[in-house]
Amino acid sequence: MENQFFVDSEYLSPEALEKKHRLETDPSSRINHMEYLPDMEQIDSEICSKVMEQMHSYDYSRYTAKDVRTALQHETCSVEDFKALLSPAAEPFLEQMAQRARLETSRHFGNTVYLFTPLYIANYCDNYCVYCGFNCYNHIKRMKLDMEQIEHEMKVIADSGMEEILILTGESRAKSDVKYIGEACRLARRYFRLVGLEIYPVNTEEYRYLHECGADYVTVFQETYDTERYEQLHLMGHKRIWPYRFDAQERALRGGMRGVAFSALLGLSDFRKDALASALHVYYLQRKYPQAEMSLSCPRLRPIINNEKINPLDVHETQLCQILCAYRIFLPYVGITVSSRESAAFRNGIVKIAATKISAGVSTGIGDHESKYTGKEKEGAEGDEQFEISDGRSLQKMYEDIAGEGLQPVLNDYLYV
Amino acid sequence: MKETGRKDIESSSDTLIIGGREFHSRFILGSGKYSLNLIEAAVKYAGAEIVTLAVRRANTREEENILDFIPEGVTLLPNTSGARNAEEAVRIARLARELGCGDFVKIEIMRDTKYLLPDNQETIRATEILAREGFVVLPYMYPDLNAARDLVSAGAAAIMPLGAPIGSNKGLATRDFIQILIDEIELPVIVDAGIGRPSQACEAMEMGAAAIMANTALATAGDIPKMAAAFRQAIEAGRNAYLAGLGRVLTRGASASDPLTGFLRD
Amino acid sequence: MIKINGEQKDLQGVTLEDYLERSGYDRKRVAVERNGEIVSKAKYSETILKDGDVVEIVSFVGGG
Repeated sequence: MENQFFVDSEYLSPEALEKKHRLETDPSSRINHMEYLPDMEQIDSEICSKVMEQMHSYDYSRYTAKDVRTALQHETCSVEDFKALLSPAAEPFLEQMAQRARLETSRHFGNTVYLFTPLYIANYCDNYCVYCGFNCYNHIKRMKLDMEQIEHEMKVIADSGMEEILILTGESRAKSDVKYIGEACRLARRYFRLVGLEIYPVNTEEYRYLHECGADYVTVFQETYDTERYEQLHLMGHKRIWPYRFDAQERALRGGMRGVAFSALLGLSDFRKDALASALHVYYLQRKYPQAEMSLSCPRLRPIINNEKINPLDVHETQLCQILCAYRIFLPYVGITVSSRESAAFRNGIVKIAATKISAGVSTGIGDHESKYTGKEKEGAEGDEQFEISDGRSLQKMYEDIAGEGLQPVLNDYLYV
Repeated sequence: MKETGRKDIESSSDTLIIGGREFHSRFILGSGKYSLNLIEAAVKYAGAEIVTLAVRRANTREEENILDFIPEGVTLLPNTSGARNAEEAVRIARLARELGCGDFVKIEIMRDTKYLLPDNQETIRATEILAREGFVVLPYMYPDLNAARDLVSAGAAAIMPLGAPIGSNKGLATRDFIQILIDEIELPVIVDAGIGRPSQACEAMEMGAAAIMANTALATAGDIPKMAAAFRQAIEAGRNAYLAGLGRVLTRGASASDPLTGFLRD
Repeated sequence: MIKINGEQKDLQGVTLEDYLERSGYDRKRVAVERNGEIVSKAKYSETILKDGDVVEIVSFVGGG
């Protein structure tokens, strides 16, 4: 069963519909996804070829129970061990993997769990990524907050006690330019101890500018490392250019960012290969930039507005748990974030094993924190959500639940210098 | 991995590559502190393909030259012993190359005559200069991750962290730090200095070291060629154990009474 | 005077080649440095020792 991603809207003009259909059905109408556009900086880096070589040669059907047992016995998990842990042969060992993962997590992070919240400040988007609620052909309420509205949102969030924020936009340079995002970062630094960004990839100097504005952490999801599949899912816009996205974290680090986050969107392609590539992307970059902080996320496909049926296919909770345990054993020092796409029960369970950071008080819509936090009717407009969340717990509820599991919730541990 | 034919156990496909050259032996033999007459036998029983040498002021009318005692086909690895800083090491390396035995050089810089510990900073500087001049540089170093990374950037072809103070035969006193280098550095990690017994060489190889360099352990043995053979066997055993994947049982952590994965729904 | 391997010698005007031969060095087995610079084997015959020169003549010995 494949996901049916294409949804037409009655609100599109005949010309727009025609273009949309052509992009969907005629590959020759789409630009070369491997070729940088003129304004895109190209850095000299060997990371991509290292990751792709490993991913292409990864045949997970070759691994046996014996390989998994051997991997679990090794003190240091090698790339080969990690491949075994990601293979189907490791599924019967999930409980043992979880036990080992928990040991590694507690060795490197103690029993702490970090909390943060995302803040979407605009949902305009120039891309046509067929699985995303923000895609430019999806009929949703669009909105971009101005500085006053952003500040209002930040106040509401900061009042809830949150100290770390992740600022997100749709991927539209035209509607949400770097300067606009930089201003939002400056504001955020007044209300939060730590400011992360999840925006369209930019050039090194732009990352440097955003860092100067107060952003410290850059998250870019590669979605899938399978370039052919990527081509079929990202039909139009800057995001279509796969290699520019791949190098984003390295540019961010060169631009002075303290840390970077990675992920594939599980369910788009072969999840084992995508999980391998995501972890190796971290592994090789960490060796090249040993001072940088790194973290991995693990989003699975979720339903979006106008397409309720999107789902993560063969990546069930069991597989997701296996991936996260394998990540933890292979990369014990790396942060692992589990978003509100996952259920409260899953998140309660996984923080005891591998996750070190979870979101709380989440909205993926625009300008709706006050109504969502207080129940108060909003007078102004609100923008629609990127995807449906699953775990809607508030910061306070999350804090209590985590403490109730015997863990220590932490709002931030970073002294900004 | 599925089972393959067992030819792989004795296979010669496991090679050590340094400076683009392939080696089948993982035992680098020192030639100091023992009789020239024993070098040929030591090399033979060690199975060594790399032998270290030092550069010294030449005596006039020297009757014997060490090069006459080293079998054909062995790669010579001159060291820069005696150098107290990067400049002196560079001078010695250039003289060694002029002696016409290739581009390999082991950088050894010490400014302490009591403990003979290598000076990492000067070693990094010398590595940078010599790598630029086309040398295949193998720096002897104190096992420090940051210094090792700098050596990689400086163009080293392998790194040679010490197991214990040179000549001490104390074994892997720096075990945990060498393990970090093996885990993090993509160049061959050759454990040099301090290895006093074959069992210590074997342990370093089990940890994933690429090769072992030993000299004093042999020079001070009762029967040098026999000890050379013992080291060769230990190094091969350690290497095979590493390749086979040690089946050590984890001792840390008891199993939890409640399963951790009970919450999974699908 | 010329300093060769630490010893002062009166050898002004002598070529390096002559000195090496006279002293019994095997030129295949030595390397020579004059005033901090390597003298390649091809230049031994044209290198004339001058007052104040510092010359090092080295060869391989056993070492670890």
